[in-house]
Amino acid sequence: MKTVITVVGKDAVGILAKVSAMCAENGLNIIEVTQSVLQDMFCMIMLAEMDGMNVPFGTFADKMEKTGKEMGMDIHVMHEDIFNAMHRV
Amino acid sequence: MINTKDILETIAMIRQEHLDIRTVTIGISLLDCIDPDIDAACRKIYDKITRVAARHVEVCDDIERTYGIPIIHKRISVTPVAMLAAACPGADVVKFALTLEKAANAVGVNFIGGYSALVQKGFAPGDLALIESIPEALSETEHICSSVNVGSTRAGINMDAVAKMGGIVRRTAELTADRDCVGAAKLVVFCNAVEDNPFMAGAFHGVGEGEAVINIGVSGPGVVRSVLARAGDVPIDEIAERIKRTAFKITRVGQLVANEAASRLGIPFGIVDLSLAPTPAVGDSVAHILEEIGLEKCGGCGTTAALALLNDAVKKGGVMASSQVGGLSGAFIPVTEDAGMIDAARIGALSIEKLEAMTAVCSVGLDMINIPGDTPADVISAIIADEAAIGMVNSKTTAVRVIPAIGKKVGEELSFGGLLGSGPVMKVSTCSPAKFIARGGRIPAPLQSLKN
Repeated sequence: MKTVITVVGKDAVGILAKVSAMCAENGLNIIEVTQSVLQDMFCMIMLAEMDGMNVPFGTFADKMEKTGKEMGMDIHVMHEDIFNAMHRV
Repeated sequence: MINTKDILETIAMIRQEHLDIRTVTIGISLLDCIDPDIDAACRKIYDKITRVAARHVEVCDDIERTYGIPIIHKRISVTPVAMLAAACPGADVVKFALTLEKAANAVGVNFIGGYSALVQKGFAPGDLALIESIPEALSETEHICSSVNVGSTRAGINMDAVAKMGGIVRRTAELTADRDCVGAAKLVVFCNAVEDNPFMAGAFHGVGEGEAVINIGVSGPGVVRSVLARAGDVPIDEIAERIKRTAFKITRVGQLVANEAASRLGIPFGIVDLSLAPTPAVGDSVAHILEEIGLEKCGGCGTTAALALLNDAVKKGGVMASSQVGGLSGAFIPVTEDAGMIDAARIGALSIEKLEAMTAVCSVGLDMINIPGDTPADVISAIIADEAAIGMVNSKTTAVRVIPAIGKKVGEELSFGGLLGSGPVMKVSTCSPAKFIARGGRIPAPLQSLKN
């Protein structure tokens, strides 16, 4: 099972480092990252395998969102199935 | 990997355009709770609901977290209570309502529907007892929703029931006058009621349904409006195409949540209801979609045509996205629950007569309309009769949920709070239908051929 982590906000030093460190801490294996910076706006989408996750999904999502707020970023953690359902027939 | 654009589109739909699951409704059969001793029946009802729906709220909250999609309401619908009332003649049936309220509080759901009777062809004593108890039941409870089906395409319209319901609607408003007449906002009178509707106030668990079932209602007027806003000046068939595509995506989310809830709760999946349900929040309005299509204000000439297109396109898009579609499945036009409708009604662009025409081409009827407090019961009955006739002749569900604003006049406002919203009191024709309503009897079922 995979989860999609999206990070959007004003560009700053160490965003990718912080998010990936948190993934590692909680047992998520990052398998793909796309990222771009457009006019100071940082946008990253990360796909992570969550089979080895060591906390409940909700707890992880809450932690990430809280961290996002501290960095002034919008972080969403969502199961990949919602995207598959919506965009793949 | 999933396309970046698609991911951002989904997030924008949820965060900015109010895409959500309006309700996960568990339908529960109470047929095995029937007992001639009303206290025993109430005990069985409480035990059954609290057992079947024990994890309802917890599971929905968990799904919400996992997929990042808000689930606004968790609801329960039950077998029409008139069937249980039938077994205990002479008993005080309000006890059923108080029991349902207690069960709703115990499991933490937002609404419980099914304080209902189906009387399209006639009353049994249980039906009559239940209908008579509706004003008291709704004034003494907070979470109960009530519905009465007074007509169908196959049976015609029970005008005795229509006459009675005018008085019941009025009385319900009177008993809750201190709370902006909110009781009447939880009472709906149907023609061609459906058995698997997840939406309130009309949800009940039909007798043709199984032991328990999960029905889902989605909501996404804001998403449709944004898509049309981005479409620019395209021909109307392109508008229909874009609505279809959007409805498909919205409904797929509903199907995903439905499957997940069904498997986690161990209750079979029933249907996804394709209705576009608005909320009073800005940017979540069906009226604004119609205005985006090209009307200056909802309620003006062209509204019925634009709504017909919207309603049809939503169904066409949604039907392929779900394995089972049912319920009401059409655009809703509840006035007080829709920011655009409230605006249009306030400035006088939208009238009850126009709303009645609109109900001929969409789901579900004259919904959440505040009418003057001095409207006589027979006028309310006649509104119900008109709306039921549209449903009966067109083989579709129609309903009336009007709120007599006790002590208030046209232009004053009622405010119910939450999803029920607020809105102005609208003008109603004062010509008397008293003789027509007093006749009673039944309007015969219509011919199904010669359809002009």
